[in-house]
Parts: sequence; C-alpha cells; structure tokens
Amino acid sequence: MPEDRPHDGDDFQLVTRTGDLERTQYGIPLAVLAELTHRCPLQCPYCSNPLELEAASGELTTAEWLHVIDELAEIGVLQIHFSGGEPTVRKDLVALVARATEVGLYSNLITSAVMLTRDKLAALADAGLNHVQISFQGAEPVVADRVGGFRNGHAKKLAAARWTRELDLPLTINAVMHRQNLHQLPDIIDMAVALDADRLEVANVQYYGWALKNRQALMPTVAQLEQTTRLVTAAQQRLNAVLVIDYVIPDYYASRPKQCMGGWGRQFFNISPAGKVLPCHAAETITGLSFESVRDHSLDWIWNHSAAFNRYRGTDWMPEPCLSCAHKEEDFGGCRCQAFALTGDAGNTDPACALSPMHGRIFALAETESGADRNAFLYRNFSGGLPETD
Amino acid sequence: MQAETPPAVRAPRPRITAQSVPRLPRHVKLHHDKTRDRWVILVPERVLLPDDTAVAVLQRVDGARRVCDIVDDLARVYNADPALILKDSIALLQDLADKAFLLAATEPPDA
Ligand code: SF4
Ligand code: SF4
Repeated sequence: MPEDRPHDGDDFQLVTRTGDLERTQYGIPLAVLAELTHRCPLQCPYCSNPLELEAASGELTTAEWLHVIDELAEIGVLQIHFSGGEPTVRKDLVALVARATEVGLYSNLITSAVMLTRDKLAALADAGLNHVQISFQGAEPVVADRVGGFRNGHAKKLAAARWTRELDLPLTINAVMHRQNLHQLPDIIDMAVALDADRLEVANVQYYGWALKNRQALMPTVAQLEQTTRLVTAAQQRLNAVLVIDYVIPDYYASRPKQCMGGWGRQFFNISPAGKVLPCHAAETITGLSFESVRDHSLDWIWNHSAAFNRYRGTDWMPEPCLSCAHKEEDFGGCRCQAFALTGDAGNTDPACALSPMHGRIFALAETESGADRNAFLYRNFSGGLPETD
Repeated sequence: MQAETPPAVRAPRPRITAQSVPRLPRHVKLHHDKTRDRWVILVPERVLLPDDTAVAVLQRVDGARRVCDIVDDLARVYNADPALILKDSIALLQDLADKAFLLAATEPPDA
C-alpha cells in the first residue's frame, strides 16, 4: 500500500533532545516505512512501487529484518510502518511485529487486507500491533474490484475492517481517489463511519511509479476536485466528534507543494524489500543517485553519511525560486521525485509550486489529461504491466 | 454497505470533568525516548511532544484514578495551587479526548 506515506510531524519540528528544536537541519529519524515485499495480490494502476518490482528472491530474510528492527530502535526511530507491496504476504510478519514491540517501536500495518483472516489479525494484535490501515479502492465492489484488479477484494476488505475493530485495534481507512472513483466519495465516508474507523484518509493519487503510467486514466477534473474539497470540508464538520478525515489534494492542482516526507532525509526514511535505504519510497525513480543497503552498512552510518541523503538535505542545495523563498523551511521545495519526473532534474523546484516556471504547463497538462477519454488501466504486475480489457 | 450496517456506532468524544476517570487507548503510548532523552506520545502516524506538566498528568492517567485524584496528587508533589492544576489538567485532557487520543469513564471502575 505504498500510495500512502507517514504523516509529517507537528509543525515540522525535528524532535531532538528536550529544548533543542532545530528548524532546518536533519535530526534523529522519527519513523520508517518498511516495505517488506513488492508481492501483492492486487494490481492497482496507481501503485507507487517502482515499475521494476523486486522478486521474492531478492527480499531481505527474516534474520536481516530482525536485525534492522533492532538497529532502528537503537538509532532512535519511534514508529515502524509495515508496508509493501502487501506485507501480509510475508510469513514472518507476526515475528517482525513482535520484535518491534519488544524493542519499543510503535507499529502500524499498512495493508490491502485481502489476505487477512481473523486469526492472523488476532496473532498480530497479540504480537503488539498498535494500528491498522486498510486501503479501499471504492465504495462498492464493481468499481473497487475493477480498480484493484482483484475479484472479491472489496468484500474481503470489509470483513477485515470489522475484525480489526472487534479486536479493538484502531483503524484508518485509506481511500485512494482519482477521476474514476471520486463520485463514490460520499459513500466511502459513510462506509468509514459504519465500519467504526478512527480515521479516514482521502488521498488523491500521487503520480509516481505506476500512477505516472496511468495518469491519463486517473487525473481528476478541476470540477471534481472543487466538489471533493467542498464535500470533505462539510464531512469534517459534520463528523467532527466521530471520524478524523485527512485530505490530500492532487499535486498538479495545488499552488504550494506538499511537504514531502517532512523534508528529504530529515525525519523519515524508507527501506525497500531488498534492503535499500531511501529518503522516500519513490526515490529510486531518480536516476543518478545511488542508495546504500542495510546489507552493507549500519543504519546509523547510512542516515548520517549516505551521499544520496545529504544531497537534498536542508536548504543549501536549492535553486531559485526556492532559495530566496519565505516558505523554504516549511516545504523544503516540495518533492524531489516529482521534480525529477516532471522536469528531468531532481534539484529543481517541485512544479506543483505555483512559483515554479513549470507550474503553468503542469496545470494545463493535468486539465487536458483529465478530459481524456482514455479510461482503460495498465495494471501493475511483475512483467511490465497488464493492459485492461473489457 | 450503508444498508446493512447501522450508522455511527462510535460514541461521541467524552467531556472531561473533575470526576472523569481518564485512560489512554491502545493506540496512544506515553513513551520515554532514550535517544532523545525526552517523553513523547506515540499515536498513529504522529509523534506528540508533551510539556513537563502534560507528562506529569499523563503518568498518573491509569484508568482508575479520577481527574480530581490526579490533581490532588500533583498539588501535593509540586506544592502548587490545586485550582490551577485542575484547570490545566482538564484543558489538556479535553484536548487529547477531542483528538480521540483519550478515553474517559464517568465512574471509577468497581471501587
Ligand atoms: S497493488 Fe495496490 S494494494 Fe498492492 S501494493 Fe500496490 S497500491 Fe498497494
Ligand atoms: S518556491 Fe520553493 S520553497 Fe517557495 S513555496 Fe515554492 S517550492 Fe516551496
């Protein structure tokens, strides 16, 4: 479920020692996204995994992950998000969660939920799992199962969401929205309430990986976006005491870039199935950067010395308009992966920013693509993608 | 989906009074972080930074003591004005409850 990222910390403060809050430099990492595997029974066309997926044979072993979890606790990481691909594909997931609990890490499972059973969830809860996040592709099976490319997936997710609450685990529903399912948002909100979720994330697709390939089929229209914003705002007020709703608008229509990962190499990092340590889950799409592996270096060394991490840390690397911008310590110039995907240079201002010279072109591109008639998906798989047929 | 499940099963957020018995739900952990040498509150997707007063209150939140018991204890330990501590504690706990990070009963569990 890597379409979602850990949230930015409060106010972008780095959490260092008491009374020692740095605003611009990197500190001790707060959280890690552990992508245990790229294997997944679903084939979402917006999946943010790389186009070249890691085969099972390249994945870190159980012993390697256990060692990584110990290292995470030692360097001061507080939260671990078990993600993928589909993390429940790994047979050792319970053991990994148990180790995280043992070393004091707060654990979150980010899952498509179609492989969960009540017993598996109970075992994870017993191992100390703190939170469950389940993705939904729509409000009902016709749209949802088509988007996920997996028959009966929606019904399985509903069951897993109910078990989650029966086991008294807190539940976040992650709804990934795009042109072809935005009309179901009101029903998705009702569904989240009926499932007794604690939180709903209304996350518009971010265009990396597979989503970039499928952009024409996914890009919402400006009218859809405006309606969505109204809808979400009204629901946030109406459900104030019942459900927390977080809302991520699509970058291309934003005027300020999102605060990607709280700044490159600043608070968070990602570990790929093969053990590469990345400043964000899409970082490998940037050609010309090389990333170290937990197989070759300690996490402590990588966090402090990796050339790829240091490259875009802080604000010194910035070009104009960022360099002299008042917001540079708030959004750190936006997303490096998006800057690379849209401008060919990861060191440029994220074109999602209205101050970027590329912004007008990107906005126009989004508008044009949103009006495209091309609704067929290219499904995510291990062999370059599967075109949708009727 | 909506047809088969009754809506809004969740109870509204509690209102905190001196008689409330607060407790932290499973997904909220008050944690002492050795590396940073400070207390943090771990919640889904976020880390909150409690100040010293909040830490002192939350360390006494155990699902058994009422807010007024916690306040009495704090007033004794810190030799401070109970009325002021009560006001601060209720504000703090209500803020957490509003964010769904705190549960509260109106009665102590079987005294
Ligand atoms: S295919 Fe879908 S469910 Fe599977 S990892 Fe990608 S986004 Fe998540
Ligand atoms: S110019 Fe750069 S720093 Fe300023 S708002 Fe845009 S992306 Fe952020």
